[in-house]
Amino acid sequence: MKSSFGSFVKKESLHILRDKRTMLVVMLIPVMLMILFGFAISTEVNNINIAVVANNRTDGVKDAVERMSQNEYFTFIGYVYPDQIDGILRSNKANAVIVFDDDYERKLSQIANGVPVPPIIQVVVDASNVNTAGMATAYLQNILLEHDSQQSFFDTRMLFNPQMKSAYNFVPGIMGLIFILVCAMMTSVSIVREKEMGTMEVLLVSPVRPVKIICAKMVPYFLISCIVLVLIMALAQYLLGIPMEGGVAGIFALSILYLVLSLSLGLLVSTIASTQIVALLVSAMVMMMPILMLSGMLFPIENLPVFFKVVSNIVPARWYIDAIRKMMIQGESIVAVWKNCAILLGMTVVILGVSLKKFNDKLE
Amino acid sequence: MNYITMRTFIVLFQKEFLQIKRNSFLPKLIVAFPILVMLLMPLIMTMDVKNVNISIVDMDRSSVSRRIMSHIEASDYFTLKQETTEYYFAMESLTKGDVDVIIMIPNDFEQDMMMSVPKRISIVANAVNATKGGIGMQYAIQSIMYSLKELRGERGPINVSDIITVENRYNPTLNYRHYMIPALMIILFILICGFLPALSIVGEKENGTIEQINVTPVSRFVFTLSKLVPYWIIGLFVLTIAMLVARLVYGLAPLDSIGAIYFGAVLFILTISGFSLTIANFSETMQQTMFVMFFFIMVFMLLSGLLTPIDSMPEWAQRFTLILPPRYFVEILRSIYLKGATIAELWVNFAALGLFAVIFNSLAAITYRKRV
Amino acid sequence: MRETVISIKDITKRFGDFTAVNNMSFDVYKGEIFGFLGANGAGKTTAMRMLCGLSYPTSGSGIVAGYDVMNEGERIKRHIGYMSQRFSLYNDLTVWENMRLFAGIYGLSSKETQERSMDLLNELNFTSSKDALVGSLPLGWKQKLSFVIATIHDPEIIFLDEPTGGVDPITRRQFWEMIYKAADKGTTIFVTTHYMDEAEYCSRVSIMVDGVIKALDTPMCLKQQFGVQTIDEVFRILARDAKRGGQ
Repeated sequence: MKSSFGSFVKKESLHILRDKRTMLVVMLIPVMLMILFGFAISTEVNNINIAVVANNRTDGVKDAVERMSQNEYFTFIGYVYPDQIDGILRSNKANAVIVFDDDYERKLSQIANGVPVPPIIQVVVDASNVNTAGMATAYLQNILLEHDSQQSFFDTRMLFNPQMKSAYNFVPGIMGLIFILVCAMMTSVSIVREKEMGTMEVLLVSPVRPVKIICAKMVPYFLISCIVLVLIMALAQYLLGIPMEGGVAGIFALSILYLVLSLSLGLLVSTIASTQIVALLVSAMVMMMPILMLSGMLFPIENLPVFFKVVSNIVPARWYIDAIRKMMIQGESIVAVWKNCAILLGMTVVILGVSLKKFNDKLE
Repeated sequence: MNYITMRTFIVLFQKEFLQIKRNSFLPKLIVAFPILVMLLMPLIMTMDVKNVNISIVDMDRSSVSRRIMSHIEASDYFTLKQETTEYYFAMESLTKGDVDVIIMIPNDFEQDMMMSVPKRISIVANAVNATKGGIGMQYAIQSIMYSLKELRGERGPINVSDIITVENRYNPTLNYRHYMIPALMIILFILICGFLPALSIVGEKENGTIEQINVTPVSRFVFTLSKLVPYWIIGLFVLTIAMLVARLVYGLAPLDSIGAIYFGAVLFILTISGFSLTIANFSETMQQTMFVMFFFIMVFMLLSGLLTPIDSMPEWAQRFTLILPPRYFVEILRSIYLKGATIAELWVNFAALGLFAVIFNSLAAITYRKRV
Repeated sequence: MRETVISIKDITKRFGDFTAVNNMSFDVYKGEIFGFLGANGAGKTTAMRMLCGLSYPTSGSGIVAGYDVMNEGERIKRHIGYMSQRFSLYNDLTVWENMRLFAGIYGLSSKETQERSMDLLNELNFTSSKDALVGSLPLGWKQKLSFVIATIHDPEIIFLDEPTGGVDPITRRQFWEMIYKAADKGTTIFVTTHYMDEAEYCSRVSIMVDGVIKALDTPMCLKQQFGVQTIDEVFRILARDAKRGGQ
């Protein structure tokens, strides 16, 4: 029977290889995603547009404006009138408007002498984007109060990611997403497609054991995913400069486990779905959304409400992404993330078991 | 439109609706999905940094260090997770992910401070998540400065609010959900009106029914239109559900005219469905369509300012976003919902969407080939 | 002189290096049942798809229902009916909804649709299944329904691509009765098949081997010409050195 298994694998591989468009898409998309997101996605706040309202543009005001425009985070877009504030904020021309008191300089010196006065600077910030607003306010306060000197008190260090690149945070997440996409969705759809077309029946009446047929379907996708894995790792290291001090071997080992898990998930979906559309939608709903939302890829798990924190435990990508982050960026070895590995292994065994059983049940 | 074209359109349109209605899954999806997404997702999609876990390595064990600690503990932003005298332990917790920022107060800090040449306090932030690390660091510095100034009993500007007032306009409570809810509505459009039209065309290709249509004299424009209009109606229905949930559950209602929102939505749904149909025209199988659509949906969701601000992107990426239609609708919806902007103020965005709608729908009709 | 409704000259269709249909020429006359015979892969469906305006000929010229095959495909479609080899009505619509759809596409008003559909359903004794989902019908019924829908707008020519594939002998018989009835009314029928016995029912048959028409005449003349008893034998002689498809 060994040779028949081989011939099935060959048939499946030919199917995929002949479909050049799909091949291209499967290879190209992960690469594009890595490049786009590695470079483009970022949550840093580094370009805040500032407008200023000041009836008396005295030296003190000009000095404060000068300090702001020299700061790398801010761009000074010009002076405006008080009645324009709402308009420029609404049309997104500025993120914040600073209003100086008419008597700014005199009052500032009063403060220096300890005379209490009402506030002399008003910062109107567009708080529709909460993070930008928070950062802008914090930085502005430091600049306006000339608190730059305070740095001398501190010795600060941004650990693991000194240049504060968002890519470091996103790349493991993208890996978690891509493998599910390639393995789980592609296999489930291709199996259901054979069901729909009726060709599955033909295969099932052959003397080869059904499990072998299924495995043969999965092998080519597994191989494609391995190629994609190598591509992604190469891009991460050479293009994005992610350190991977935790050992490339460990990352590969864990990724391969995750690939098998994704394939099993795909098989499970294919036993449930009867049409391709349903397979697609189920994949999208039960795989894509949880990965985007609950895996910590974009939204930190500690921010989640308790209920979702609990739910996130059953999302495989959560454990994978966490472990990959630790290995790629924090330089941990695979031993340090043994818990994640164990959980993923357990999940793989369970999902594979259930889907094989369901698959066999269907046949009887 | 002459009589026959009109009649053709009506029967095709009827057919689309019947097919959607008869599907075992789609009607449920169209109703339940928006409600679920609007109810649950705002709870999940928070990227605001509100809970920074701190470990303090107190080697000084003085009144100053206790003061710093109590101020940290009192802050809303921080949770004091660990208090130790060994840097090693703190580092271990940070690597495990239990704490985000370590504050280390050196030996004899209090004593040195009296003589005004203290050793530096070191602050170490885990910057794997750059935003969290950055904001955590800033807040930690502010909090410690506050404690130190208080201790020194300095006159002058102790409290920032004595000099500067901050008005958080449009979102005074700094509620991250209000920022995400318009984005969620757009995600709904992209998923529903982006996927379904493509799947319906490719489904007809795979079932062979499209051939029976192709052999009739129906024009490709009418056929494309009959595929568009149902999703247009569904999209507006989804928008209405989403707006109701936002209103009833999160108390978020648009500050300016609802009409402007519907107008923007009409243009956006047309754009995204037209795009979807174009993709379908180039695909033979569901698998292909799905994969290509997923690619674009990922790009749309992650690069058009839905989840991360466009302003934070590098220059070239910002320029690239100009060709992404959702970018314009994100700005429209957020500005109208949160800031009460008017169509006049956002005319560039509306014009861009209108242009995309024309381009993609013409493409969809032109690339639809009745004959090979 | 009989009126010509299809006139094809030197039509060729290539897919890359593969020539599916090679320099084909023939005429079809009004009201006849024109049989198009050939093994699987001989090029029957490709040829028929070109005539229906579903596919562009690589070269050659032709007139179908008075319009040019090269440039007036959409006009041709208004005057023909087509029944594909693969069942291609909407399974998730009812019998009546499918009829209304296709009648509407050809511009029949709702009143005309109503009358025409009822007539056709009565003829088939189908009235009771009017509201049944097409997907739930047995194959034979589906085929008959496909035929009826292909004729719903009273076309001048009906193209049938292996209409009786996979149906039982009784249904096949009924099907051919429907074809005769349509032909009697003056409709031209263009039918492909690989059942050689069906060829005997046709006014004229053409036999296609490897993309080329090898013989074209009435069944009677063909049998005489080759000196055999059945069309099947004619076919066997012609297809002896076929390179593609077939058994």
